[in-house]
Amino acid sequence: MSVELTPGLILILGALPVPLLWGRVRSIYLLALPVLAFALMLDTPNGVFGQLELFGLQLTTARVDGLSRFFGYAFVVAALLGAIYALHLKDTVQHVAGLVYAGSALGAVFAGDLLTLFLFWELISLASVFLIWASRTPQAYRAGMRYLVVQIGSGLLLLLGLLLHFHETGSLAFGHIGLESPGGVLIFFAFGIKCAFPLLHNWLQDAYPEGTVTGTVLLSAFTTKVAVYALARGYAGTELLVPIGAVMTAFPIFYAVIENDLRRVLAYSLNNQLGFMVVGIGIGTELAMNGAVAHAFADIVFKALLFMAMGAVLFRVGTVKGSELGGLYKSMPWTTGFCIVGAASISAFPLFSGFVTKSMVMSAAMEQDRFWVWIVLLFASAGVFHHAGIKIPYFAFFGHDSGKRCREAPLNMLIAMGLAAALCIGIGSLPEFFYALLPFQSEYHPYSPDHVTAQVQLLFWSALAFAILMRTGIYPPELLSTNLDFDWFYRRLGRSAAGAVGRFAARIWQAFAGAAAAQTSRIVEKLGSHYGSGGIPARMTQTSSMVFWTTVLLAAYLLLSYF
Amino acid sequence: MTKGPDPTERRYWLDDRANVDRLVRGFYAFCALLLLLDLFVPKHGAFAIEHLFGFYAFFGFAACVTLVLVAKQLRRVLMRTEDYYER
Repeated sequence: MSVELTPGLILILGALPVPLLWGRVRSIYLLALPVLAFALMLDTPNGVFGQLELFGLQLTTARVDGLSRFFGYAFVVAALLGAIYALHLKDTVQHVAGLVYAGSALGAVFAGDLLTLFLFWELISLASVFLIWASRTPQAYRAGMRYLVVQIGSGLLLLLGLLLHFHETGSLAFGHIGLESPGGVLIFFAFGIKCAFPLLHNWLQDAYPEGTVTGTVLLSAFTTKVAVYALARGYAGTELLVPIGAVMTAFPIFYAVIENDLRRVLAYSLNNQLGFMVVGIGIGTELAMNGAVAHAFADIVFKALLFMAMGAVLFRVGTVKGSELGGLYKSMPWTTGFCIVGAASISAFPLFSGFVTKSMVMSAAMEQDRFWVWIVLLFASAGVFHHAGIKIPYFAFFGHDSGKRCREAPLNMLIAMGLAAALCIGIGSLPEFFYALLPFQSEYHPYSPDHVTAQVQLLFWSALAFAILMRTGIYPPELLSTNLDFDWFYRRLGRSAAGAVGRFAARIWQAFAGAAAAQTSRIVEKLGSHYGSGGIPARMTQTSSMVFWTTVLLAAYLLLSYF
Repeated sequence: MTKGPDPTERRYWLDDRANVDRLVRGFYAFCALLLLLDLFVPKHGAFAIEHLFGFYAFFGFAACVTLVLVAKQLRRVLMRTEDYYER
């Protein structure tokens, strides 16, 4: 690296002049920054850079190796796609927040020590919340607040964990951490919150659907994938991750089936895809690790593509509720086509990206003879096709014609979606080029006849189930609704509990204040009896009081002169 | 954005119910063909269950039916009005 800095700083510092630019200059500048960061990464050999000593602590602001480089590439791709998708936008806040967010995600991935990781970890939270608040609705404000509390909480756990870890090991280096020490457990939870582990997941489904049209595309790419990277770095082969990941793949799909807000459906399916990555990291073999990080890359692209398609619908129609949509293929044929490519990719159709990445994790489970994990992942694979692969395109673009007619998405959105779709097909159709970038050594050939047949059978018969349930009227209709999830415990139960505690405290306070007031008035009364209108000082006239005090002073002087 | 069906609007191929039925029948036939393909492709899976006839097809079908039926029942427990948290 010619300049010894993390590639993230290009985007973070590069965001500063954005408010001063406008028009075409600003557009070119916004696109140039991710390209510049990418060029810097290509130009940088593997190694450690930007080392500095702070209060006797050895910090490494940029560690470039196979793993961090791979995520770095994925993040600049996401930043560039997000920038193109948002080019029409005049809102400076979102452009600046988006750049700082992408830059801090890059900074976190290249962090060589835990303190640097912590700083970027918190900056990720602070920058990203503006992409939610920028919706400028009361709901978005509150969801953003909840998001921020959870994210900052994760950061504080990380800080506490890294202090304990430093105390235990004497080093801040960010390598394998493991669950053997208390510090390691705390850091695991910090990563787990950001990775949306079961029961720690709800910030994701709560906040992402409230983000702006363009902001949610970036949100879907960075926060959770930074956590996946951090888990891959610190907890590879941690057995506990296997059951955690398996649960993550399975339970969100039930919610996805009954959820009406299609961006929230995508948030649930994002949670489900993270599960595959977490399982891969838990298995920890080279094939499994490659599968986990490859799937992270693929997911960044196809999930961004799906969020872009739904964002385009929100932008043009004003809603992404399944119950309000339908028949939009007539108005938005290009968006429909790109959405179907994204749907095919997340469903892991052969020739699309999910097929060549997700199957690595499943094969790794198979190699280790983990039958039940494999069965759960297979169930989740069928399920993800069902809710993300079919439900999203079907209810938005086909299904019952809502009668809504609108214009096709703006050109810059179509270009971003087109590039993402091309990448999905490119990765899926020519996997050897993509595999060459993977950080670990392992051979994998996804296109064997039995694998392709099995996958196509699984998917088409899943679609068959959808078709039959739909045509027999058994399939649950899309309804205007809220489905209770774990966030009920803090949004409703927690609030009620807080209210009860508040009322109890108020009663205690009242009792205390009442007693204090009674005591105060007693004191005032007593003072009044001495110094009030009946007391000695009050009974004295001005001259007599002067004589009195002079006598006192002289007496004191006389007394003092004896000593 | 305009609303409501416009009588002068272009009619799409999918607007015709008969075409949709045709599409669905073709899809059913394709699914049946895929199942038969199972007889001709040699299998190398690690688990014995994979070698059962049509395992992946039947598993996918059963998984999705189960998923939908369970999710439908979950609505009874989990579903609230849209403004539940806003009230």
